[in-house]
Amino acid sequence: MPGVFAFIESRDGEIRGVSHEVVTAARTVADGLGEEVHAVLPGAAGVGAEAAQLGKYGADKIFVAESEALARYSTDGYTAVITDFIREHGCRVAIFPSSAMGRDLAPRVAARLGGGYAAECTALEVEDGQLVVTRPRYAGKVFARESFESEPMVVSVRANVFTPREVEGGGAVEPLTSSLDAADFGSIVREIRAAAGEKLDVSEASVVVSGGRGLREPENFKLLEELADALGAAVGASRAVVDAGWRPHAEQVGQTGKTVSPQLYFAIGISGAIQHLAGMRTARYIVAINKDPEAPIFKVADYGIVGDLFEVVPRLTEEIRKLRG
Amino acid sequence: MRAVVCVKRVPDTEARIRISEDAKTVDPGGVKFVLNPYDEFAVEAALKHREAAGEGEVTVLSVGTEESIEVLRTALAMGADGAVLLRADGSPEGLAVASAIASELRGREFDLALFGMKAIDDDLQAVGPMVAELLELPSATVVTEFSVEGDKVTAQREIEGGMEVVEMTLPCVLTITKGAYEPRYASLKGIMAAKKKPLEEKDAELGSSGIRSESLAYPPERKAGRIVGEGPDAVPELLRLLREEAKVV
Ligand SMILES: Cc1cc2nc3c(=O)[nH]c(=O)nc-3n(C[C@H](O)[C@H](O)[C@H](O)COP(=O)(O)OP(=O)(O)OC[C@H]3O[C@@H](n4cnc5c(N)ncnc54)[C@H](O)[C@@H]3O)c2cc1C
Ligand SMILES: Nc1ncnc2c1ncn2[C@@H]1O[C@H](COP(=O)(O)O)[C@@H](O)[C@H]1O
Repeated sequence: MPGVFAFIESRDGEIRGVSHEVVTAARTVADGLGEEVHAVLPGAAGVGAEAAQLGKYGADKIFVAESEALARYSTDGYTAVITDFIREHGCRVAIFPSSAMGRDLAPRVAARLGGGYAAECTALEVEDGQLVVTRPRYAGKVFARESFESEPMVVSVRANVFTPREVEGGGAVEPLTSSLDAADFGSIVREIRAAAGEKLDVSEASVVVSGGRGLREPENFKLLEELADALGAAVGASRAVVDAGWRPHAEQVGQTGKTVSPQLYFAIGISGAIQHLAGMRTARYIVAINKDPEAPIFKVADYGIVGDLFEVVPRLTEEIRKLRG
Repeated sequence: MRAVVCVKRVPDTEARIRISEDAKTVDPGGVKFVLNPYDEFAVEAALKHREAAGEGEVTVLSVGTEESIEVLRTALAMGADGAVLLRADGSPEGLAVASAIASELRGREFDLALFGMKAIDDDLQAVGPMVAELLELPSATVVTEFSVEGDKVTAQREIEGGMEVVEMTLPCVLTITKGAYEPRYASLKGIMAAKKKPLEEKDAELGSSGIRSESLAYPPERKAGRIVGEGPDAVPELLRLLREEAKVV
């Protein structure tokens, strides 16, 4: 039986959390099509040790491609393994996470196999045996429903949307042999430079604490880092503070930064410009802390506190710490 | 160093996007169009590398209607040497555009093909790697900075929680994001000079995108919520709501 292909992403030998979301999304599609979920995990020797966990989320078969050539991510090596698998198994649908890796791979895979590609999908439905996706356009100012005119149907799914769901049964792990040689790759990853403490990425965190120009000085972001720490959240930023060089671009939320859909988003000292709202308006809950009661951010916030962030944020951090013991 | 930079005409980030009556397309009326912000980074990167090399040529290329000439002129005014418009009706995306760009690039000699990380209208983040695939070239996406030494390219790409350093050889494809290349403003002299620079027009050899748009809709309105209170004294009530009502803390 052809399966719905699910790409399983790992870093440093560990399966990343987004992979559970990808399997959950694949399960939904597979149920609609009456197919199986075939998860594929490329990586270094040993990466398959934890692969059985994917069965919990609905993977019927888990193919592990362990090889020296796949130890580190490479566009060429991973594209080759994936496209070979999809061709051989006749997969009609291929699902990737909207991560740096997923979004590097998925368009390549679609182009090599001549399939349609829909990015950052927020819903996947099967109607009359056909896949119909919903995806943001204009940074989420509108959402499009799209269908496919060619196969395989390649999609990437937005983080934090397909909440991992445990199901009955568990998948069987099978090895996948590959004869790749890294010497043949056109590009290679020479080095990975992790940011301090391998921080949680804003696009994947379920709670995001973002700060803007209201913080006045880069040093004051310490307040937000403490709050984020207490909440297990990632720190985000408005473009104003990224442009000022206070925060790295990787943290920018908005139309020219990242689009995020966390469960909870704090906008602190952020006015709520249209470009910022575009990047976070699909958060489940938005909390705004701003001293200006007229700030546009309050128009989209579920809960707001009007006040000086330098007084409100420390108190909030303190109360959350108490709560968490 | 010969660079081709692919640029797209897109609605300004300030634009209110209105859905047409057919519920399938966006109404362009009253919308200001600009050079895609990420493509500005790519143009700037090409200019910087041309300047550092002390020689070379930067060609900007767009697939679209005659209206895209405006964004090509913007890039020429920034300092690009020549422009190509691949004429196409409507607003092709994804593999359709990538096929047109790839078939144009097959007939050209170039070292670098640069793209924006994404077009801010379709948010696809795909055309660059698709062109690389069609031309069987190495690529790196979401690049903040890169260096070229001889035919060796070293690019830094943004990944979750860090950076990847990717190496490849020319010719290659890079998609550029905000980082080392803060776009310059076009000077008056640049704008005047742009009018005399070569601009070639031909028909695009579009492929099929493999995607059909069914319908467009606005995201659910966010109801303005409530102001919980003023100052730090409102914190306990906020936390109560987050725990009991929203159940997210
Ligand atoms: C092409 C383009 C792309 C853009 N892309 C993005 C993007 O991706 N993301 C993005 O965020 N922006 C983007 N912008 C910029 C956007 O238009 C705004 O300029 C930016 O979001 C403003 O950032 P801010 O809210 O931090 O600053 P401001 O608008 O200056 O707001 C600061 C806020 O802090 C409040 N404040 C001040 N002091 C305190 C205090 N002590 N306590 C509490 N509150 C306080 C103020 O009341 C104010 O509301 C883009 C703009 C353009 C032109
Ligand atoms: N119509 C087009 N003409 C020229 N370049 C384009 C076009 N569409 C997309 N691109 C390029 O591909 C990049 C990514 O676009 P996208 O994949 O649509 O998000 C853009 O930043 C441009 O560099």
